[in-house]
Amino acid sequence: MQILLPVLIIGGLGLIFGFGLAYASKKFEVKVDERVSRVREILPGANCAACGQTGCDAFAEAVVAGGAEVNGCPVGGAEVAEKVAKIMGKSSKKFEARVARVMCGGSSKKCRSKYSYSGIEDCAAAANLFGGPSACAYGCIGMGNCARACPFGAIVIEDGLAKVIATKCTGCTKCVAACPKKIIEMVPISNEYTVRCSSFDSGKVVRQNCDVGCIGCGRCVKVCPHNAIKMENNLAKIDPALCQNCGECAKVCPTKAIELFLCGVQNKESVAV
Amino acid sequence: MRELLSLMLGAILVENFVLAKFLGICPFLGVSKKLDTALGMSGAVIFVMTVASAFTWAVNNFILVRYELEYLQTIAFILVIAALVQFIETVLKKLAPSLYKSLGIYLPLITTNCAVLGVAILNVQRGYNFGEAVLYSFGAGLGFTLALVLFAGVRERLEHCDIPESLKGMPITLIAASLVSLAFFGFQGLFQ
Repeated sequence: MQILLPVLIIGGLGLIFGFGLAYASKKFEVKVDERVSRVREILPGANCAACGQTGCDAFAEAVVAGGAEVNGCPVGGAEVAEKVAKIMGKSSKKFEARVARVMCGGSSKKCRSKYSYSGIEDCAAAANLFGGPSACAYGCIGMGNCARACPFGAIVIEDGLAKVIATKCTGCTKCVAACPKKIIEMVPISNEYTVRCSSFDSGKVVRQNCDVGCIGCGRCVKVCPHNAIKMENNLAKIDPALCQNCGECAKVCPTKAIELFLCGVQNKESVAV
Repeated sequence: MRELLSLMLGAILVENFVLAKFLGICPFLGVSKKLDTALGMSGAVIFVMTVASAFTWAVNNFILVRYELEYLQTIAFILVIAALVQFIETVLKKLAPSLYKSLGIYLPLITTNCAVLGVAILNVQRGYNFGEAVLYSFGAGLGFTLALVLFAGVRERLEHCDIPESLKGMPITLIAASLVSLAFFGFQGLFQ
C-alpha cells in the first residue's frame, strides 16, 4: 500500500494534467494557414524589412492574407518570388534587381580632410561636426555605418570610402537608411555608368576638396548620345532608364586627367561598384 | 498588514532570489543582455511564479500532506509547474497573441527554472498559508525582475567598456554579477 498510493497519486496527477493539456490544446487551438509556414520557409530569413513588413514572418502572413505582392522580397529575388507565386497559385510580375551604389569616390587618397577626427567611429556622429572630417561636406565619411547595417556583408570600407560588393548586394536598402549623408542610392543592376559624386559645390570648390569630384563642366551632358545625363546644381546625374552603357561620358570627364581614377565611371570589370 | 509588507520587501531586497539565494542564475545570465528581453523574461517569471506557487501550495496541502507523501514534493511540484506552464502557453497563444509574441518564447525556458521550484518549496518549508505563499512568490518574482533589469543595465554599460581580452564575455559578466550580489548584501538586517 505504501508504494501503491504514491504511484497512484502521481500517476493520477499526471493523467489529469495530461487530459487537461490535451483539452486545452483543442479548445484553444489557433488556426494557422499552413501556406504561411510554407511561404516562410522559402524566405531568406534575414528579417531586413526591405519588403515593408516587420520581418519575414510578417511578410509570409501578409502574402497569404493578400496584402503583399508575391515578388515583394527584394532579397529573395526572382527565385523566391517564383516559389511564393507557386504556393499562392498566382503568377509573379517581372522582377528588376537593384543594387546599392555609393555615390562618392572620395577615398582618403583622393579627398582632403577638414580636420583630424578623434571620437566615436560612427558616421552619424562625425557628420554632426561641421558635416564630417572630409573636406567635401557631401562626401562619404567612411566610418562604416553602412557596412555595419548591411546584413549580407556586401559593403567594405577601403581607404575611408564605402564600396558595395555588387555580387553580395541583395537590394534590401538597409544601407540607404544608415548613411547620414544619404549618398547611397539604389540603381538597376544593369546600369554600369554612374556619376560617382554627390557634391553640389561649384567646380572650383570641388577641385579644391577632391580630385575625383564632379566639377559640373557639362561635357558629359553634351556628349551623351542618348540624352541620359542631366546637370543640376553643379552635379551631373545619369538616368539609368535612358543610359545605354556606351561609355562616351567616361571618355570626356576631365577630372580623370588629374588622376587615373575616373570620375563618375566605374571600371567595367570591377566587381565592387 | 505590516508582516505581509515585510514579507514582500524581504523577498525583493533582503532575500533576492537571484542575488542572495543564487536561484535562477541561468536565465539571469542568459537573458539579461538587453533590457527588453530582460523585461519580457521577468514578466513571464512573475506570472509563472505566482500562479505556480498557488497551484503547488494547493497540491501540497490537499494531497501530499493529507496522505503523508511529503517526500514526493519535488516530483509533484515539477509535474505541476511543467503542466501549468504548458497550459499558460497554450492559452496565451490563443487569447493574447501579441503578448505571446513578446514573452511566449521564454515560457519553456522557465519551466524547470530552479527559482520557480525554489519558491514553491520555500513556501512549504516556511509553512506559509495560501495568502502568504502567493504574496511571497509575487515578491520573489519582483525581486527577480529587479535583479534582471539592474543587471541588464550593467551589461549594456559593460559593452562600451575597455575590458582585457582574457576577461571578455562570461568572466567579466560573472565578476559584475558577483559585485551586484555583494551590493545587495547591504540590505541584510533591513528588517529586525
